Amino acid sequence: MSGPTAKTITEDEYFYGHKACAGCGGALAVRIALKVLGRRAVAVLPAGCMSAVGFNFPNLCFANNAIISTFAGTASMMTGIEAGLKARGLSDYTVVGFAGDGGTADIGLQALSGCIDRNDDVIYICYDNEAYMNTGTQKSSLTPFGASTTTTPAGSIVRGNTREKKDLLRIVAAHGIPYAATASVGYLDDYMMKVEKASRIRGTKFIHVLAPCPTGWGARTDMTVELARKAVDTGLWRLEEFENGEFRLNRGMSDPAGIRDYIRSQKRFAHLTDEDIAHIERFRDARWKDDAQGRSERGL
Amino acid sequence: MIVPRLTSDISVWSSDNLPSSTCYRAGTLVDVNAGWRTVRPVINAGLCKGCYRCYLHCPDGTIRMESGKASVDYDFCKGCGICARICSFGCISMEVER
Amino acid sequence: MTRAFVSGNEAFAQGISLCRPAVISAYPITPQTIVVERLSEMVADGKLVSDFIHVESEHSAMSCAIGASAAGVRVFTATSSQGLLYMAECLPYAAGGRFPIVMMNADRSVALPWNIYGDQSDSLSQISSGWIQFYAMNAQEALDMAIMAYRIAEDPSVSIPFMVNLDGFNLTHTYENVDIPAQDAVDGFLPPYKTDNRIDLEEPVNMGFSAGPAYNTLFKMGEHQGMLNAKCAIPAIEDEFFKVFGRGYTGLVEKHRLEDAELVIITLGCVSGLCMDVTDRLREEGVRAGVLRIRYMRPFPDEEVSSALLGAKAVCVLEKDVSFGNAGTVFGEVRSALYGSGCSCTVCNRIAGLGGRDISSDDIRCIFEELRDGPSDVRFIGGQTS
Repeated sequence: MSGPTAKTITEDEYFYGHKACAGCGGALAVRIALKVLGRRAVAVLPAGCMSAVGFNFPNLCFANNAIISTFAGTASMMTGIEAGLKARGLSDYTVVGFAGDGGTADIGLQALSGCIDRNDDVIYICYDNEAYMNTGTQKSSLTPFGASTTTTPAGSIVRGNTREKKDLLRIVAAHGIPYAATASVGYLDDYMMKVEKASRIRGTKFIHVLAPCPTGWGARTDMTVELARKAVDTGLWRLEEFENGEFRLNRGMSDPAGIRDYIRSQKRFAHLTDEDIAHIERFRDARWKDDAQGRSERGL
Repeated sequence: MIVPRLTSDISVWSSDNLPSSTCYRAGTLVDVNAGWRTVRPVINAGLCKGCYRCYLHCPDGTIRMESGKASVDYDFCKGCGICARICSFGCISMEVER
Repeated sequence: MTRAFVSGNEAFAQGISLCRPAVISAYPITPQTIVVERLSEMVADGKLVSDFIHVESEHSAMSCAIGASAAGVRVFTATSSQGLLYMAECLPYAAGGRFPIVMMNADRSVALPWNIYGDQSDSLSQISSGWIQFYAMNAQEALDMAIMAYRIAEDPSVSIPFMVNLDGFNLTHTYENVDIPAQDAVDGFLPPYKTDNRIDLEEPVNMGFSAGPAYNTLFKMGEHQGMLNAKCAIPAIEDEFFKVFGRGYTGLVEKHRLEDAELVIITLGCVSGLCMDVTDRLREEGVRAGVLRIRYMRPFPDEEVSSALLGAKAVCVLEKDVSFGNAGTVFGEVRSALYGSGCSCTVCNRIAGLGGRDISSDDIRCIFEELRDGPSDVRFIGGQTS
């Protein structure tokens, strides 16, 4: 089955004229999802980058219905909107949320959990730029190991973030959600396929899309898509789906050695030693091994 | 085509014309982003194969496909350069703004 | 109309049910639970058609209510104490978005120390959140206010969310006879909710947006004006309520034997009833006592308070909260209203009933006795162990 493509999605632009930084991966994730979902998408965005750049009255950059929620309240506001529209007897709409990594994996996790528990019919998209970018690059629980942020600086004793990225997909999947997936703005066909698939499934859907931030990552603005692609190719970011209770890997690790290039092209990793990079490699390999083992144990 | 557009409906807001709540017409733009650019993408239409890759990957949605060729809305292009980098046919060059 | 012997919570649930909220989001907290339990039963039995949403926190309860209101439907939620404070971020959010949500708050003490009993520390800490704040005196009034609250909140000149406060346990859990209006009468009084402040699939809107320094003041002024407009809407809607249901109410304040009163207690909530009883007995003894019951803390009845006290000699504000480092919250509001009003009375503050401590008729008698000396101090009642 073929998913939506650049040529089949609408030419309409629903997120336009916004004030996101040049080369913003988050803006790309929002723009593409809305082009897949169309004009009857009702978007909920918490306080964060995409709401800050999209809704500064009188500059209102969404062509579809869109509303800002409280930082912690993306999922709960989506629940309310979905219930309200349903009560009005409306149909053929999609309630979609776009929250960042901090807004999802930290402050919004409780509301997201409640939403999945109720199995509310919404699509929750977490655009992950791996730190609190709107406030100036502070660490979130999805900031990767080693990254220097303004609250995990590369000091002489502690060199950047000491914790690994939370495994959000598995946290979400553990709720028994109908559909969850990871994606990357480096592989938009895959992302579009997942958004489109999510729109056809009833109940709660979750998509976690890696969305590089040139400003916070210290990367060139034209490198956003390439970095998002390299993160996948080097195996640091895995494209997966969770459906009918099973995980499915969408793409193998095509360039494991490219990890050095990936890390060296971002200022947030500038302080990392070869040993640090070896640590990141080992952690990556362990995760892939766990997955391979798990799949073979299940006879897949 | 649906797209947020520049409007000059109201230039000065007061308590007489302000929305009565935080709710207003979707897609109302009052200023452009052109001033953000230091470089601009220039498309060589002769080389453009109409592959849609630049159009798809633009975070600002500023590339339009018209008659199979890409063109840029310079009012809202920020000059990030993703389009030039992703083009497989080398038909987009980034030129310094003067 | 039917007559029923019910608790304050149950009476309120009946009132809300008659208003047909399309969405109810709720999270349990003592002493609010019974109101949402009753509503969930009505939904489960098909007596109320509503989407009852089991949210995972009070923050989500209000966030969900805002979402549903933004979708254009009538919404209800209820909370208390810690729950009100946990959702506190969402209170100005709902008010600033001009979403006419109705919420019941079971007034309860705030930790620490932990305490589940009634006082008014929770809601009085939120008087600047942009919500209309009403304090009920008995179950019938609570039920009637459920119905009027939607009319007032949804009035196009107002568009402000409405918090109905019921004293925890003292009102939420005590049983009274109440008249429950007929559904068709309520339907006639309260038409379905209509608004332009909502998601529109045909003509999309952007909502809940930012407004920077240039326009922020204008939006806040609009919100303030909406609240001030409620001062006019409230008596008008009460008049209409009286015509339909035969029960009259008295606007932002209720005056009890104030015509020639020299000694006045100002208070709010269900302790007002006791104060009125004591006043009646003192009147029999020749004491010119009176009670001014504040029904609404927001919008604040500044003119009603100052005009009611023109003839008074000594006034006590009796309240169940304290703004630490200053005095009772209501005391501050009352004194502010009196400044420059031409009133010459003394005003003292008695902070009582904290953490559910009983306020007895003797306590109230003592206050009236003290008032003869014209005190202006701030004092706690109940500091001594008993």
